[in-house]
Amino acid sequence: MVGEILDYLWLVPALPLLGVIVNSAIALFAERPLLLAEDARRPSDPPGGDHGHGHGDSHAAPSYRKMVAFLGPAVVGASFVVSLLAVLALAARAPHDRLFVQVLFPWIQAGTFMAPAAFQLDPLSSVMILVVTGVGFLIHVYSVGYMSHERAFARYFVYLNLFTFAMLLLVLGSNFLLMFIGWEGVGLCSYLLIGYWYEKKSAADAGKKAFVVNRVGDFGFLLAMFLIFWTFGSVEYTEVFARIPGLMESGTLTTGIATAITLLLFVGATGKSAQIPLYVWLPDAMEGPTPVSALIHAATMVTAGVYMVARTNALFLLAPASMMVVAVVGAATAIFSAIIGITQNDIKRVLAYSTVSQLGYMFLACGVGAFTAGIFHLMTHAFFKALLFLGSGSVIHALAGEQDMRNMGSLKKHLPVTFVTMFIATLAISGIPGLSGFFSKDEILWKSFSSGHGHVGLWLVGTVAAGITAFYMFRLVFLTFFGDSRMDPEVEAHVHESPYSMTVPLMILAVLAVAGGWVGIPHVLGGHNYFEEWLAPVFAHAAEGAAHGEAHASAALEYLLMAASVGVALCGILLAWYLYRVRTEKPGEIAGRVPGLYDLVLNKYYVDEIYDAAIVRRIVNGSVWLWEAFDDAFIDGIVNGIAALVQGAGARTRRLQSGVVGNYALSLLLGAVILVGFLIWP
Amino acid sequence: MMEPSAYLLLSGILFGIGVAGVVARKNVLIILMSVEIMLNAVNVAFIAVGSYLGDATGSVFAFMVMTVAAAEAAVGLAILIAVYRLKETIDITELSVLKW
Repeated sequence: MVGEILDYLWLVPALPLLGVIVNSAIALFAERPLLLAEDARRPSDPPGGDHGHGHGDSHAAPSYRKMVAFLGPAVVGASFVVSLLAVLALAARAPHDRLFVQVLFPWIQAGTFMAPAAFQLDPLSSVMILVVTGVGFLIHVYSVGYMSHERAFARYFVYLNLFTFAMLLLVLGSNFLLMFIGWEGVGLCSYLLIGYWYEKKSAADAGKKAFVVNRVGDFGFLLAMFLIFWTFGSVEYTEVFARIPGLMESGTLTTGIATAITLLLFVGATGKSAQIPLYVWLPDAMEGPTPVSALIHAATMVTAGVYMVARTNALFLLAPASMMVVAVVGAATAIFSAIIGITQNDIKRVLAYSTVSQLGYMFLACGVGAFTAGIFHLMTHAFFKALLFLGSGSVIHALAGEQDMRNMGSLKKHLPVTFVTMFIATLAISGIPGLSGFFSKDEILWKSFSSGHGHVGLWLVGTVAAGITAFYMFRLVFLTFFGDSRMDPEVEAHVHESPYSMTVPLMILAVLAVAGGWVGIPHVLGGHNYFEEWLAPVFAHAAEGAAHGEAHASAALEYLLMAASVGVALCGILLAWYLYRVRTEKPGEIAGRVPGLYDLVLNKYYVDEIYDAAIVRRIVNGSVWLWEAFDDAFIDGIVNGIAALVQGAGARTRRLQSGVVGNYALSLLLGAVILVGFLIWP
Repeated sequence: MMEPSAYLLLSGILFGIGVAGVVARKNVLIILMSVEIMLNAVNVAFIAVGSYLGDATGSVFAFMVMTVAAAEAAVGLAILIAVYRLKETIDITELSVLKW
């Protein structure tokens, strides 16, 4: 019976795909003609913005919208149920036997290259599918409320369902090629959803930027995949990892090759998961609808890089240099973007930089060999960051599109549910003991100190970043919900709590943000780290390495570090309270005292400008040169030159056709003479 | 029987006169007459060689050529008259519209 449920594993991605098919039929044949007719009536329709009330006149809801509103979330919900049953069936097996591969059909076969379309369910992918479908379902439900005033309602759900499908393909695929298909699929959906309001130039540009920056990373992933096939002769996870010991012995797989593969994989991960140097697209991605920011650009897609590194942990462990790079880049990103987060005034941008920072934590964990901690933080982060984004969406929805925190304040009494749930998430991300973020973040910090791959410097950076995180998150809460109202009076009059379809997902996520961490309570706190135990079969090699380093670590030290990180977080919170509640004039003063530094951080270290000058403009100039000098002048020159040659030759030979019969007769005679002369020549 | 070389020489001379007329003259009527001379030069050659070989085919072919020449003259003169009605000239250099 257990096996029977697992045999339906293919339903997990197939259900969202069904949603895509039905919804796109609706979008194409019901919604599109309607919108085109509407546009024809009002040619000068203003472009939309990130808010629900963009269009003053409300449309009478056509019946297809109800169907989309039901079907969009329903397929993902059903997928979640199937996932849950499948994972329970997997959990019923013995720990070493928790690997289920379902081969659907042979997909690509060329010579020795084999890539079946197969799904692999193991402890790692089961965590991922539960997060993707679970959080994804809540965000789909939320979207029904949030997007209810949008014109292109069905189109939105097509993209969202397609995203869920691609993400499930990414995490369930049993080989690198299938992961790559999902990888590109989520990238496409990210592009489509960032540019959902494509009439707005900034949104279209942001989508393009995300797409192009991701291509850079994808190129690394592709090269890594080629190198994996070249080295291992397979792209199937199970085969690749099983062949490692044999190839190590025969000398085919050297540390150098492992380092090359893993560094290239990590290039792919920095693109998708927004790490230095490819993080620049994520803050701009906030141009998309807020539920999209929650689902794609916080909870699921951006964690794909972490998943990939964790999935290939066996390779990373062979390359200490790569591990160090991952850890250092992760730690640097964590603190780098956390500092930017302090100065941002757009509520979604603060959260975006926070996401980049938290992803840095996950890579820090992977880099020190604590893959379990990385995936654990991935999960808890999915809960509390999705909650934060959905909460900010609720605020934006209530304020008719206002995103600047300087124009908010005192929303506590207007939006009680949003406030309470967001406050819980803020506590969780700040690492307050008892909430999910505390356990996962603390495990990362502890491992970055104690693991054999760790270093006290990494721990220090991580801890400081944790303090900054607490500071900017409480700054956000204080500016948004506390203090005096700085809202436009007209806006303030219409502030309202969001509908149930939006608040219920908030409440569920709040529960998860609190309790999500309880599956991984560390042993020193008297817990039983179920999460670590669950993932142990996947990270068997990593555990050996970590245990080696942990020998010299004591429980007392772990308590001490825990206390230190909580202390730093409290300091951050108190500082935020002091600056934004008690002495509200202080932040401006401080900013005024170091104008150069403040401007530097406010403008995100001018990284966008540097990239623009160093790379983007050069490529654009090079392309212009290729267009004007090469294509227009050279290629077109050849084609036009040949045409001109033929035309000139024709113009000259034309004169032979004089039309004078005498000339023709003469040439006839000449021809005859030559012919006869040729014949009678001796 | 007489050697045909004298006849052939005559034929060659007549043909040369015809060719010269076609190439050099501008009057279409003269050109048509020159073409007739060329055809008759060929007739002379046919008959001379035919009688030298004791074969009647040459004579038969000469009749054939004379028939064709008559037809050609009729058609040619008809065209000539039509052209003259249209252009009021029979100068061949003026009639050069047959070109691109």
